[in-house]
Amino acid sequence: MSATAADLHSYRVVGFWQSTNGKKVVMALTGIMMFLFVISHLLGNLLVFAGRAQINAYARFLHFDHSLLWTVRSTLIIAAVMHVVVTIQLALRNKKAQPISYLRKEAINSSYASRTMYWSGPIVLAFIIFHLLQFTAGYIHPETRFIPNDVYHNLVTGFRVWWVSAWYVFAICLLGLHLRHGLWSMLQSVGLAHSLRKEQALKRVALTISILIVFGYISIPISILLGFLR
Amino acid sequence: MEFTLKIWRQKSHNEKGEFISYPMDNVSPEMSMLECLDVLNETLMVRGEEPVAFDHDCREGICGSCGFVINGVAHGPERATIVCQLTMRHFRSGEELIIEPWRAEAFPLIKDLIVDRRSFDRIIEAGGYISVSTAQAPDGNAILVGKDAADQAMDAAVCIGCGACVAACPNGSSALFTGAKIAHLGILPQGKPERDGRALHMVAQMNAELFGNCTNIGECTGVCPKGISLEVIAIMNRDYLHASWKRREALEATIPPALERNTHRT
Repeated sequence: MSATAADLHSYRVVGFWQSTNGKKVVMALTGIMMFLFVISHLLGNLLVFAGRAQINAYARFLHFDHSLLWTVRSTLIIAAVMHVVVTIQLALRNKKAQPISYLRKEAINSSYASRTMYWSGPIVLAFIIFHLLQFTAGYIHPETRFIPNDVYHNLVTGFRVWWVSAWYVFAICLLGLHLRHGLWSMLQSVGLAHSLRKEQALKRVALTISILIVFGYISIPISILLGFLR
Repeated sequence: MEFTLKIWRQKSHNEKGEFISYPMDNVSPEMSMLECLDVLNETLMVRGEEPVAFDHDCREGICGSCGFVINGVAHGPERATIVCQLTMRHFRSGEELIIEPWRAEAFPLIKDLIVDRRSFDRIIEAGGYISVSTAQAPDGNAILVGKDAADQAMDAAVCIGCGACVAACPNGSSALFTGAKIAHLGILPQGKPERDGRALHMVAQMNAELFGNCTNIGECTGVCPKGISLEVIAIMNRDYLHASWKRREALEATIPPALERNTHRT
């Protein structure tokens, strides 16, 4: 062989953003931002159990300053876009790195959640778009009328439609699955080194948080379908 | 014991490969997987056929030369066991064993079960060492190492560079290997002075190679014959992040993988 035959375009300096490790840090940080939103959104939504007045007052509070609201919203949108962009870039690289599949391949040490991140992520994204169109924009609001400032009304009438609730519960379960791996994985990506024992403890913490989030969220449509909230 | 070995046969990198089944009887349960292949190769040679090519050296589980995927698991079904230490009694008699080489773009196939793992060598070359002045040998006890640090470094230093982590990773990532090499030196006082540069250069080289990225799923640690934990990946990420932040000068260029890879492609 001759050295001139080499394709020299691969001869380059790999900087932070080009490095897979750097991209994973971006994925972790944007993940944390969205996770914080998931928590605060859940806590706010649970006010629905406090009654119509409370959750509507909370909604008004969120809207008290539109420039602030849109700052938060655009931060979250940018975070979501970045999260997806690095995922796609890394996934394409991974596909190239492992082009030939084994005749037989067994998964012996990875969780179901970790192997299905590429599925849970996009489905949750599709759900978020649907969810925003339903409850924020009010474009999709089957079988009833969307009233802009009456969150309680929109919530209760929206979730009374069985398939809206079913789609919601399904997507939230996938979000839980995504977080079960993501919450632990982001600690790895930002370099929080930990012993094997702590690794197991952290995974249990991630699982517990995910379960709490899933139960917290799905308690709302289930309560509505069972008639506790009307 | 009786087995059917379904082995990947491929003459060279550029030729098409295929699975060929070899029935074997009279296999001793005390044989290692490699000895089983030795027996097969003897019969193949007697028949005038090409023996199965596979990498091996020490056969004591410490050199990291051998390794292939058996029934979908790198190094076979026993945890923390490399194929030369894997005895046939761990299989059921009459079983079909599907034997495949490591499959990853960064490990181009050379022949049958042998792959080119020089991408690993280039990562080591980029920073997997400590610089030591020659002349007089330093006093053995001049640098004290705490037991915790010694243990942690040793847990990473057990890496024999077999490549099972890359083979088992659905992304073809070498994060466990690179992490182990960065961690075992960085934890010790002798490795501390070059810690930042080591992380930067080894990670840069890893990313210049055709490896995928780490999604922290943990298949690598499951097949690692030395049971290296995912902690080393976190250490690599921490060192890399820290060094990227502190870096004052431009990074040195990486070794182009293509220069060497073409030896098998042309």
